[in-house]
Amino acid sequence: METPKPVAPPGLASLFVSYVSIGMMSFGGGLTAWTRREVVQKRGWLDDRQFLSGYALSQLVPGATNVNLAVFIGTQLRGTAGAIACVAGLTALPLAIILLLGTLYLHSQGAATAPWLGPALIGMGAVAIGLNLGTGVRLARRNLSGAIPIGVTAIVTVSIGVFGLPLLYVMLAVMPLSLLLTWLTRPR
Amino acid sequence: MSPVLLQVLILFGGLSMLAFGGGTAVLPDMQRAAVDHYHWLTAREFLDMFAISRAAPGPGSLIVVLVGLKAAGLAGALVAFVAMFTPPCIAIYVLARYWHRAAESAWRALVERALAPVSVGLTFASGLSLMRGTEHGWLPWGVTIISAALFAATEISPILLLLGGAAALLLVGS
Repeated sequence: METPKPVAPPGLASLFVSYVSIGMMSFGGGLTAWTRREVVQKRGWLDDRQFLSGYALSQLVPGATNVNLAVFIGTQLRGTAGAIACVAGLTALPLAIILLLGTLYLHSQGAATAPWLGPALIGMGAVAIGLNLGTGVRLARRNLSGAIPIGVTAIVTVSIGVFGLPLLYVMLAVMPLSLLLTWLTRPR
Repeated sequence: MSPVLLQVLILFGGLSMLAFGGGTAVLPDMQRAAVDHYHWLTAREFLDMFAISRAAPGPGSLIVVLVGLKAAGLAGALVAFVAMFTPPCIAIYVLARYWHRAAESAWRALVERALAPVSVGLTFASGLSLMRGTEHGWLPWGVTIISAALFAATEISPILLLLGGAAALLLVGS
């Protein structure tokens, strides 16, 4: 079993440190993959089902999904202080780095950047997308069984990912449908 | 607070509450406001800042820090950061508290089971949307698919995959 049962709530310092590593590893995106890997797979603080509902709720609320997810996870594990520890860990170093990069950029207007940087960034961006898709595969393998959940996943994937429909509308349509189907097929 | 700082605060505070599905949802509006309306920066600079924010570690929404920096210096950057992240964080915090209190309730278990397949779909959709949104030649496509397969099926370190992806584009792509 990849996801052990939830253990005792972590300390604020461990939450902070874990989120520092999540924030610093996520070059070119891939934050969702890094978050699940750290919080579910490595630490076992949440199981997949808790992670997935947090992820859906984080998308339902506006704002950066993975920052929202940090607030959600921190709140579940350690309340208000936990939320602050997670968000601070996730954003503090990246904020400092982007301020530095931005200052360098604004002071070097017109200067050529290193020519090898472009392809390297495209390659890392392509991997980051792959990490998120691979996380989807792992989650699907472990959490989807039966025609209804698989159908719901397929509708969301295709309508947003392939046809580019607005996420909010798709969620407002699919969530009630999924709730209804789950309720109708609930174990009695 | 200076007029520009107030504009930064209102713009990003407002955009933050429209960013359904993540920060990328409001990038077109952000560009329109910052480039065409306020003239804080040129379209070219906005594109460069997008590239920088994608390449740097952390959430992609940190692009607002760069726009704020150009608009009003360090104070602008910090105001943009606070304005972009505070309203959504408060909203999800309230929801999370409520969710936590309902830990033992039957409806939460039902909602959790209903949300799981939606969430898995969103994971796939975000990856596919990014693939559609960027100029993806055959090589980045291949890198994406191979790294997705390796990450899903093995315990290979994602760092190795990132380095491999960068190397593949450097060696073959240029």
